[in-house]
Amino acid sequence: MPRNNNYGEPKKPAEAFKSLKRLLGLLRQFYPKLLPVTLVCILFSSGASAIPAVFLQKVIADIEVFSESGDWAAARAVIYPKVYVLIALYVVSIICMTLWQQLVAIMTQGFLNKMRCKLFDSMQNLPIRYFDTHKHGDIMSHYTNDIDTLRQMLSQALPSLVQAGAVVVFVFAIMLYYSIWLTLIVIIGIVLMMTVSKKIGGGSAKYFIRQQAAVGKTEGFVQEMMNGQKVVQVFCHEEQSQKDFDAVNDALYEDMYRAHAYANALVPIIMNIGNVLYVIIATIGGVLLLTDVPNLSFSGMPICLSIVVPFLNMTKQFTGNLNQVTQQINAIVMAVAGADRIFTLMDEQPEADDGYVTMVNVHTAADGTVTEADEITHEWAWKHPHTADGSITYTPLRGEVTLDSVDFAYEEGKDVLHDVTVFAKPGQKVAFVGATGAGKTTITNLINRFYDIADGKIRYDGININKIKKSDLRRSLGIVLQETNLFTGSVMENIRYGRLDATDEECVAAAKLAGADDFITRLPEGYDTLLSGNGANLSQGQRQLIAIARAAVADPPVMILDEATSSIDTRTEAIVQRGMDALMKGRTVFVIAHRLSTVKNSDVIMVLDHGRIIERGSHDALLEKKGTYYQLYTGAFELD
Amino acid sequence: MFRTISRCLREFKLPTIITILFMTGEAVIEAIIPFITARLVDNLTAGIAMSALLRTGLILFVMTLVSLFCGGMAGMTSAKAAAGLAKNVRHDIFEKVQTFAFSNIDKFSSSSLVTRLTTDINNVQMAFMMLIRMAIRAPLMLIFSIIMAFIMGGKLAGTFVVVIPVLACGLLLIGKFALPAFRRVFKKYDRLNESIEENVRGMRVVKGFSREEYEKEKFRTAAEDICKDFTKAERIVALNGPIMQVCLYFNMAFILMVGSKIIINGESSINVGEMSSMLTYGFQILIQLMMLSMIYVMMTLSAESAKRISEVLQEEPDIHNPETACETVADGSIVFENVSFKYSQKAKKFALSDIDVQIPSGATVGIIGGTGSSKSTFVQLIPRLYDVTEGRIKVGGVDVCEYDLHALRDAVAMVLQKNVLFSGTIKENLRWGNPDATDEELIEACKLSQAHDFVSAFPDGYDTMIEQGGTNVSGGQKQRLCIARALLKKPKILILDDSTSAVDTKTDAFIREGFRKYIPDTTKIIIAQRIASVMDADMILVMDNGKIAASGTHDELMQSCDIYREVYEQQTNGGDNDAA
Repeated sequence: MPRNNNYGEPKKPAEAFKSLKRLLGLLRQFYPKLLPVTLVCILFSSGASAIPAVFLQKVIADIEVFSESGDWAAARAVIYPKVYVLIALYVVSIICMTLWQQLVAIMTQGFLNKMRCKLFDSMQNLPIRYFDTHKHGDIMSHYTNDIDTLRQMLSQALPSLVQAGAVVVFVFAIMLYYSIWLTLIVIIGIVLMMTVSKKIGGGSAKYFIRQQAAVGKTEGFVQEMMNGQKVVQVFCHEEQSQKDFDAVNDALYEDMYRAHAYANALVPIIMNIGNVLYVIIATIGGVLLLTDVPNLSFSGMPICLSIVVPFLNMTKQFTGNLNQVTQQINAIVMAVAGADRIFTLMDEQPEADDGYVTMVNVHTAADGTVTEADEITHEWAWKHPHTADGSITYTPLRGEVTLDSVDFAYEEGKDVLHDVTVFAKPGQKVAFVGATGAGKTTITNLINRFYDIADGKIRYDGININKIKKSDLRRSLGIVLQETNLFTGSVMENIRYGRLDATDEECVAAAKLAGADDFITRLPEGYDTLLSGNGANLSQGQRQLIAIARAAVADPPVMILDEATSSIDTRTEAIVQRGMDALMKGRTVFVIAHRLSTVKNSDVIMVLDHGRIIERGSHDALLEKKGTYYQLYTGAFELD
Repeated sequence: MFRTISRCLREFKLPTIITILFMTGEAVIEAIIPFITARLVDNLTAGIAMSALLRTGLILFVMTLVSLFCGGMAGMTSAKAAAGLAKNVRHDIFEKVQTFAFSNIDKFSSSSLVTRLTTDINNVQMAFMMLIRMAIRAPLMLIFSIIMAFIMGGKLAGTFVVVIPVLACGLLLIGKFALPAFRRVFKKYDRLNESIEENVRGMRVVKGFSREEYEKEKFRTAAEDICKDFTKAERIVALNGPIMQVCLYFNMAFILMVGSKIIINGESSINVGEMSSMLTYGFQILIQLMMLSMIYVMMTLSAESAKRISEVLQEEPDIHNPETACETVADGSIVFENVSFKYSQKAKKFALSDIDVQIPSGATVGIIGGTGSSKSTFVQLIPRLYDVTEGRIKVGGVDVCEYDLHALRDAVAMVLQKNVLFSGTIKENLRWGNPDATDEELIEACKLSQAHDFVSAFPDGYDTMIEQGGTNVSGGQKQRLCIARALLKKPKILILDDSTSAVDTKTDAFIREGFRKYIPDTTKIIIAQRIASVMDADMILVMDNGKIAASGTHDELMQSCDIYREVYEQQTNGGDNDAA
């Protein structure tokens, strides 16, 4: 099956803009009140941090005036009120700042939480095909990397952008208010700064891309070598692999050094250009003071010391905040790319379920009439409403499954199954054998509608499975797969996964049936032992036994065992087999196994080859036929 | 811990020192600039000549250019130093792992070694880069600024006596509460991601049991919990800004109010320019304090990674090469004398106990036993992949501990149960066994392991690329290539640890037939699940629970050993074919 890569070509700007709009739209939708409050607070606090420069200028002007007279009392009457206004502004600024920073913290985490849940919900609704065709690492990176970029953007980039942007505008206005000449010089400096940062930034980007590739290569190499370290030692290959590693490592160093060298140099250079600008403004301001060039400004004030001094501070504020803006834009571009990938998953077509036949508890009266029950009766039936005449029929759940000339392809044009017909009567055991890729697992994927068939019919108790609600269909089928997947939690919880309302006793009974009770009770904490990392603390066989118990507790009329016992050694299998036999009793069972000993006692064995059933019959009948099954059985064929 | 890592700096000490020098230069200049600007402004008030003004302006201009140069250069040299440190640490870890015994590898597990070689080193690199720049610059700037402020401002500098302790305490308190909160929440966050991964992997189970809604609910609860903790932690950190702001504003108000009084009253020689420089210094001092707290946080976070790295670097390999080593292995005879073994000193249970076996050179030995019976452990002691806990093992009449490790392992070829092929061509993979092997020798080995037919059927034959993890060959094919690779060593002892489990019985028989015919002098030890694979061996060992339960030929064991007979009957009756 082809695996798609999520990280293909970067999206066009128009589409990126769409994602940004959608992201902000969601933010507004989640926080219709908090968001505007936050924005207002940010604007207020940035305004309040820019305006003091005006007061500073006024106070300095006053000092200049009064320092000649030395009349402190008079000066105080003029200066202190201004300082009080200043302090009031500061207080407002601090309150606003505290408020918006707290609000941003709350909104960021709340938003991420909602996005995470939305993402998880969407993911749960995706069809199995999605998981078969996408790398698990890529899906995971939506939750880790992509959500992280959103966090960066919401908690830092966006607020900083708004705040710094506002400060830039305010300061710029004040600068124009004081002196257009000096402002012009600042603008020239800014242009220079931008040019340099673009140039260095470009070089940095180039090497960062190369570094990314080198990092990938090194990680791949390291992963392979660490996994194969025991083989390395068995073959005394240590020196060679050290040499190979050093080559990869040196290449990584070169790219990493260059990428960081550019990035590191950028910040001090930009900052120091800001300093150069500061010095130039100071000097030119001085020159202007001395030469009496007429000032050009919106305030109409002449150039004087009380303008030059605050202007110097504003220059710093201006360049500093402008740098902030440019840096944040980078973070936002990255976040939009992340958001775009998240939205792509959310927009995937969810698994459709238009089934209307449901599984319900019923009572069967003595005369055979079936009535629906609200309570648990341990008696199930398919409730089948007929749209034509509005009537409802109840079909008892028996576990008869038929496949009628089924064709199927994962990809258009590459048929995996052709014309497969299978009848499984209630209680029958049907086995599929054949080489890898023959289509055995595919058949089970179709019965529980992980995939939908292209042509033909599959019926469950005579009802076309397309009409059955998927969740009910799957509840009526128990599956045990070769690759066992257990979940973090206790052994008991894992067994109960099969039926959430099962009592502890029922879970233990299921474990006993599967032959798992024995080892579970010997675990340090018995049924309460916590499993972690897919049950890494258990052996493969033990995990398999828990999976079997999990299916047993669900107590479905039909079971699918896909290589369920393949990782259990033959001795242990003898023990498990008893449990399995008990489990299979009275159920319709589909078995897929490599070990022919596992399928031998099936009612009917299907030999699959390239998607076709080439032989069918009981074990004895097939042996007599001396066909493919016979060859498999005598070991002339290799199955893998 | 930090010393272990700093020892890896080696040739990158020079760029590190240069970085520090450049940073010092930048810090000094940046601290002086406001001082000189203040003078410039004063001169302006006093009304100076144009030439003097331009001269001061030029001095300042040159100073900022020097500072720009220093900053830029420090950026580059620090990148070099940090990338170099990372490179050396990676090299050292990899080198260390090469000396590890199996027990060391087991202790760390390969996935954790991968994390240490990648993520952890990356964290340390970033921290180091920041450290050599900021950890020098921030305190320097801080001290300079404080000194300058006091020299220039006199009484005005009194404000810092209030502001600095307030901010420092504030930052410390925030750090004290936020750091543990973040640690806790990151742990929870990791667990959440693990459970997502479980879901992605187990989607067939989730959907098979129709548990989508249940999983969503479970996820929502966990995510909600994390959201709450995260918000709490973030809100603590969000106090940083306001505290900083309070101090900054207090500073400004104080300087304006007190400064204006001092200047107008002429209480001291302070003037407007100096007052405005005081504001700049005040800003710088607070920023540097903030920087210091950031450095502290970064250091504590990367300390975790540094610890994990130095754990590997300080790990002592469990197996050492003897100093006066025996370089040649005489023959393929093996003797176990009273051998007991446990995986770690602390383990209560012995994995193997009281093993006494004598295997003559050239013999074929089969080993049978259930999972957990320590079959693999038994054979891994022969090439000294683990050292015995008690007793001793002799190969070719000499204790394995007396051999040079390379010599011993070249003579004892082992095909591991969990075997891997490496990315590269089939030829390259085979040459692991013998780098100098000719093409003919490769083909010969592959014929013997029954791999030649399918290899030559590939379009590229022996030049076919094997993908990482060997995913483009089937299990049985992989096993046969691994056997060929081992055969190329021309070993005195060949060990197959369940190495033909995915090979069909017929091919399996051919392989054993080949061994008998073409390498009769090599001692062959075969671990197998299938009795058929060991039936014709000279000696069969039945292992159970870390002990040899019985030994003998097939016929003898059928007579004397219940376990053996039981397995045999089950396999033959059950259709002796488990091709899995």
